[in-house]
Amino acid sequence: MEKFIKHTGVGVPLRRSNVDTDQIIPAVYLKRVTRTGFEDALFSAWRNDPEFVLNQDAYKTGSVLVAGPDFGTGSSREHAVWALKDYGFRVVLSSRFADIFRGNSGKQGLVAGVVAPEDIELLWKVLETNPGTEVTVDLESRTAHAGDVTVQFQIDDYTRWRLMEGLDDIGLTLQNESDIAEYEAHRASWRPKTLPAKHEPSVHIEAARPVDGSDD
Amino acid sequence: MAGTLAEKVWDAHLVRRGTDGSPDLLYIDLHLVHEVTSPQAFEGLRLAGRPVRRPDLTIATEDHNTPTLNIDRPIADLTSRTQIDTLRNNAKEFGVRIHSLGDADQGIVHVVGPQLGLTMPGLTVVCGDSHTSTHGAFGALAFGIGTSEVEHVLATQTLPLQPFKTMAININGDLPQGSTAKDIILAIIAKIGTGGGQGYVLEYRGEAIRKLSMEGRMTICNMSIEAGARAGMIAPDETTFNYLKGRPHAPEGADWDAAVEYWKTLKTDDDAVFDAVVDLEAKDIEPFVTWGTNPGQGLPLSGNVPVPAEIADENDRIAAERAIEYMGLTPGAPLRDIKVDTVFIGSCTNGRIEDLRAVVDVIKGKKKHDDVRVLVVPGSARVRLQAEAEGLDKVFLDFGAEWRNAGCSMCLGMNPDQLKPGERAASTSNRNFEGRQGKGGRTHLVSPLVAAATAIRGTLSSPADLANDEALANA
Repeated sequence: MEKFIKHTGVGVPLRRSNVDTDQIIPAVYLKRVTRTGFEDALFSAWRNDPEFVLNQDAYKTGSVLVAGPDFGTGSSREHAVWALKDYGFRVVLSSRFADIFRGNSGKQGLVAGVVAPEDIELLWKVLETNPGTEVTVDLESRTAHAGDVTVQFQIDDYTRWRLMEGLDDIGLTLQNESDIAEYEAHRASWRPKTLPAKHEPSVHIEAARPVDGSDD
Repeated sequence: MAGTLAEKVWDAHLVRRGTDGSPDLLYIDLHLVHEVTSPQAFEGLRLAGRPVRRPDLTIATEDHNTPTLNIDRPIADLTSRTQIDTLRNNAKEFGVRIHSLGDADQGIVHVVGPQLGLTMPGLTVVCGDSHTSTHGAFGALAFGIGTSEVEHVLATQTLPLQPFKTMAININGDLPQGSTAKDIILAIIAKIGTGGGQGYVLEYRGEAIRKLSMEGRMTICNMSIEAGARAGMIAPDETTFNYLKGRPHAPEGADWDAAVEYWKTLKTDDDAVFDAVVDLEAKDIEPFVTWGTNPGQGLPLSGNVPVPAEIADENDRIAAERAIEYMGLTPGAPLRDIKVDTVFIGSCTNGRIEDLRAVVDVIKGKKKHDDVRVLVVPGSARVRLQAEAEGLDKVFLDFGAEWRNAGCSMCLGMNPDQLKPGERAASTSNRNFEGRQGKGGRTHLVSPLVAAATAIRGTLSSPADLANDEALANA
């Protein structure tokens, strides 16, 4: 994972609350089996609206999203983070994030910074008054700076450390291999195992057909 | 030391306690896998040359993309077919058990786990799906994870996690006749909001919860994520043990006895302290429906569409204006006057056998409204078989409903089962987001009983409305 210390890029004011992951990337785009190439899917329903913020020239190259509260609610799809990253976003600031989205962000190098609601309002005013204003996000000092406004954001110490070091979670965990093996050695025998597979007798499942008698 | 249910399960899975702000490392008992959130995780393993550490604690099913018609033919949508083929190939390559389309144990991952008896009290259960919270109904700590975490669990059978806070949600007293588990959870979400549970594990408590069946408890825990909580739990009791006993993977003999003895300790101690407490009186819970585009925008069916100008909070007012416009509603209009085009019965929220029985109790001997399409999608192939054994399929077909094969279906419209732009649905599923059930589609979340009555009357209705209609007709 690429290290993240400081980033400067165009700020995008998204004046909406409860931006759920179905809005960030609708389910129809989740059928792909790759981890990249989701930039066209980001906010796809809203992208048809010429008034939408990312359709305005000044914001098109944005990389710091400043959103309303409860960003990333709903489905656990990590595709929401991939789509934001593929579009070019490196940072999302909001006064409140859904837990799963925040976790997914940290694992993919997207900074999800929690900013007080009144500070989000200050950033929005700057970005709306002067479209195209750049925001500097400093993970070291946990600050975001735009125009004459500097605000603090919160991010937990561990995620911040991992982002700044660019560390991969799996590698870190596997350093604890002996602890994992020790735990497994004492796992109670009633705890389930999926193998060997047990189930009721296998029977044929009839295929349902269209009610109108059509063949598709 | 006194502990809550969630803390007890957490502590029993500690591989390593975090220090200096680093997370705890927790062991994962059961990992459920489906086709949508796993391909990139398996790809990550392949690139790193890592095996699946515990295939014997992992199980895969196909559910999100699968068609509910013509399942014996190749999947028409090529990208869906590719994704399902990818899962099958990955399962084969990494030695993971899979229940594919056409298999009697295929179905929505959160219906399949419990029916196989793999979901048990005191487990940690994860899946790349936010509705993994469903399994908390058994007293398991169960939550959705992202694809990076799916890869992490496949590789290590553990997850680094920061401790959750705990919230008690007490549903005191008895639920009125005609109100259901779905109405309880919709009322909870309306009360605490879509962000109210963020950072918490919810524990549902109180008499009304204790009297619910396992199916009802699963409905409630399922939608914990809609209140912002990653997990919801209910302490196990005799209802739980009776549901589990004799299921294919339930412990047997001495293992069963040891398990039950342990499971009985899985409850919050009397002197344990929750970080937050919410109380609701069951007697006040009426049939509930959503009017807006997030699950917190719900009201009793007897209410009216909100008038945004009367909403004091600016964010809430803007959200309500936007939702009412998207939903094509009139502020102040009675919810009961809202006409629907489609009724969807199914999903991991309400696609279990008890849900289908509840619908049949309402519709038996009746015909659906002429203007309404009714789609019944069992949560799993076993649920479909059980329903057919009980003759429920005949009731659905006589009613004029479509009786489909199992899967997630119209809950999120990844397969052909979608709403058309502007089409309005009463849906027993869990999310009413813009475009969730199809681009431009409009969703009202309802219980199976409200779905059934709505299918008959053509407008959002409860069984009590049917009784009133009959009384009027006979007067």
